[in-house]
Amino acid sequence: MNWAPIWPWLIGQEHEALRITGVPTLLLEHLLYVAVPVVAAIVIALPIGLWVGHINKGGTLAINVSNAGRAIPSLGLILIAYIAFEGSLTPVFVTLIAMAVPPILTNTYVGVREVDPEIRDAAAGMGLSGWQILRRVEIPMAMPVIMAGIRTSAVQVVATATLAAFVGLGGLGRPIFTGLATSVQFNPDARTVVVVAVVLVAVFAIVVEQSLGVVERLVVPSGLRRLQEQQRSGAPVNADAGPAQQTEEQSTVTV
Amino acid sequence: MITFDAVRKQYPDGTVAVDDLNLEVEEGEVVVLVGPSGCGKTTSMRMVNRMIEPTSGTITVDGRDVMQTDPVKLRRDIGYVIQQIGLFPHRTTAENIATVPELLGWDRKRIRDRVDELIATVGLPEGVADRYPHQLSGGQRQRVGVARALATDPSVMLMDEPFGAVDPIVRGRLQDEFLRLQAQVHKTIVFVTHDIDEAIKMGDRIAILAEGGVLQQYETPATILAKPANAFVEDFLGEERGLKRLSLIPVKEVAADRGPVVRVGTSAADARQIAQREGTDWVVILSEDATLLGWTFIDDLADPIDGAAARPFATEVNAHDSLRAALDALVGSWTGVAVRVSDGDHYEGLVTREMLTAELREDTKSAA
Amino acid sequence: MTMALLAQTGRPFPDWAWFNERNVGELRELLIEHIQLTGLALLLGLLIAIPLAVAAVRWRRVYSPLLAFTGVLFTVPSAALFILLLALLPQRPPFGLGIGTSLVGLTIYTLLILFRNTVAGLDSVPPEVTEAATAMGYTPGRRLVRVEFPLALPVIIAGVRIAAVTTIGLVTVTAFIGQGGLGRLFLSGFRTQYTMEIAVGLVLSIVLAVVVDLALVLSERRLTPWSQSRGAGT
Repeated sequence: MNWAPIWPWLIGQEHEALRITGVPTLLLEHLLYVAVPVVAAIVIALPIGLWVGHINKGGTLAINVSNAGRAIPSLGLILIAYIAFEGSLTPVFVTLIAMAVPPILTNTYVGVREVDPEIRDAAAGMGLSGWQILRRVEIPMAMPVIMAGIRTSAVQVVATATLAAFVGLGGLGRPIFTGLATSVQFNPDARTVVVVAVVLVAVFAIVVEQSLGVVERLVVPSGLRRLQEQQRSGAPVNADAGPAQQTEEQSTVTV
Repeated sequence: MITFDAVRKQYPDGTVAVDDLNLEVEEGEVVVLVGPSGCGKTTSMRMVNRMIEPTSGTITVDGRDVMQTDPVKLRRDIGYVIQQIGLFPHRTTAENIATVPELLGWDRKRIRDRVDELIATVGLPEGVADRYPHQLSGGQRQRVGVARALATDPSVMLMDEPFGAVDPIVRGRLQDEFLRLQAQVHKTIVFVTHDIDEAIKMGDRIAILAEGGVLQQYETPATILAKPANAFVEDFLGEERGLKRLSLIPVKEVAADRGPVVRVGTSAADARQIAQREGTDWVVILSEDATLLGWTFIDDLADPIDGAAARPFATEVNAHDSLRAALDALVGSWTGVAVRVSDGDHYEGLVTREMLTAELREDTKSAA
Repeated sequence: MTMALLAQTGRPFPDWAWFNERNVGELRELLIEHIQLTGLALLLGLLIAIPLAVAAVRWRRVYSPLLAFTGVLFTVPSAALFILLLALLPQRPPFGLGIGTSLVGLTIYTLLILFRNTVAGLDSVPPEVTEAATAMGYTPGRRLVRVEFPLALPVIIAGVRIAAVTTIGLVTVTAFIGQGGLGRLFLSGFRTQYTMEIAVGLVLSIVLAVVVDLALVLSERRLTPWSQSRGAGT
């Protein structure tokens, strides 16, 4: 392990031996590659999920899209996207967005469906229009599950973005693949870089997850949160419900 | 058979569930532990098979200290029935009942025979043997629970609100059947309930416990009802204590009044004489073989008497009914008179409200 | 339009000519490797997860930290973890670019899902059933095997399903560290700019995942006959 070139690299200089961009830049890049697809996925998936959940049609599709997503190796998609479009990185970006959608879509749908029908009934009985029910009742009550889906999605994108570094996308995956290419098993520089980069990306993923957890805490009304905690404690991972059932401690595996 | 000797159960946070319990359960008797929630009745029961261990004091079963016995062996010898039953969902009825026999290593045939025998004993239809618990009704599941506890014919049984999970009608039926069963098998039973009526019905002796696990009174139901030990017991017995006592006395303990009885074929004049002697304006008409035909006003009598004009009695009681049931029947009767028959319409006499209250007074005096 | 774009690489898409004798033969090898890696990872995962879960259920205090620890591992991107393992593990077989490195990584991922689901499955056993079993004289060990595990099976198998499908995807990433199964087609196709090759790998991985998932659903049904007639006799 060769630690000497690491310290300047960490604070922003190019890594001497392997010629990798400084860490702060990589961090920012990775943040970009996560934030943009997740936001885009929210913009796409949230309305659809809310609508499908509200009218309660097309649910099986909404649930199975996540199970399907789990079965698709993202590496293959990224590689095909890259080659098919002559090495442009935009389709890779699109792939990132596509992979970020399923957890949010499924969780939004399930979150809305799980709202107690009695509450929906009471709201309608009080004279709320469909739109108002959605806005005032279903969305707030579905927030915890929706946020869980967003967190799952974000963690997944962190991983997929790491993979995308293989085809040239920047971010924290770059040093990992550069290290791999320069014989990481035997080259002390490469080994050090890889270890550091992996730690960085792991910490990055955890920070992303935890910060979204904080956001969730802010967004979800506290009374609701306690109820959800009661209901969710010990909830197992259910193969058919997809990420909706996966709580803070565990999300989809990052591929 | 089972003794509690200065038994105490205290939890680490300071709560005392059972406080200095001294109790003896004789062989073959049903002892009911009853009281409000928090009185330690379930805790006490569960210390007998060491599901809970006492903080101090000794519990013995058949002379052996439970703390000195291997818990697994101890439990295989004690039948255990709980309110939620706890049937194994992944096993059929037959497999559930066969649980302990299997643990003890009985051979297949012996198990099969025993299972069939028990299914009949608890009143289940043959077909249930291969069904799974979720396919059975609540009452059926409860019976399977009892059958499972009886499988190895243990001498001791622990029952914690065993009939609690079903509706009152089914519960009453299950209680009756269980009493009938107990009359045959004479097991030593510790029965826990919060329902004083169930305790009175099921128990040979009742132990009333108060919150904090303190024993208030331990006597036969009749004695407790007649002479409650303190205000708590009185309170717990409820307001209708007198009525509850009536439910313990069968009608046959009350000497029935013979009443103005005539047989078919008697002359009308003789009949009127009998009625006059008894002070009534009507007579009871029996057939030649002493079965009850009904009653008639003496003015409507044929001569000689036939049974044609006999009216049926509005209120009828059986010798085995409780006085409480008799009183219930008499409450609605505007004559205040019930006819008492045995099975087969055999006339036994007349029962009035005054007789019932007199009997109750006598009963109170003798209990003093 | 997709077809035209994909054809820009100079070859037609889909290029059925890919399925020549050599490639098809190699395909079988890759499929076998893929299945082996998945199967082994699941097996090892179960072997570790089950005792851990039993311990976690008995000693509740262990559960949270264990869950947190495995959860952290879970968040690490697989490519990163695999390459890290390659860097840190000794360079002798079975490690290095051998099967050992990949298996360690794959097993770590199966572990969390299986651990969590096994605990949840054991927790899902109704307390009155465990109480009745103890009171009837089951020793804790026998009770675990004859009563608790059979009843925990549905939830455990749900976990195996997720773990299986996930692992099948993860195996492709091990192509970076010397294994890969069908994932090898990704890298070789990438190197030769042959989209058809990548597509074959992609489609077959998905098909494999679907088939395995289905097989597990069917075996669950066979292993838990008591939950099948639910609703028939209520």
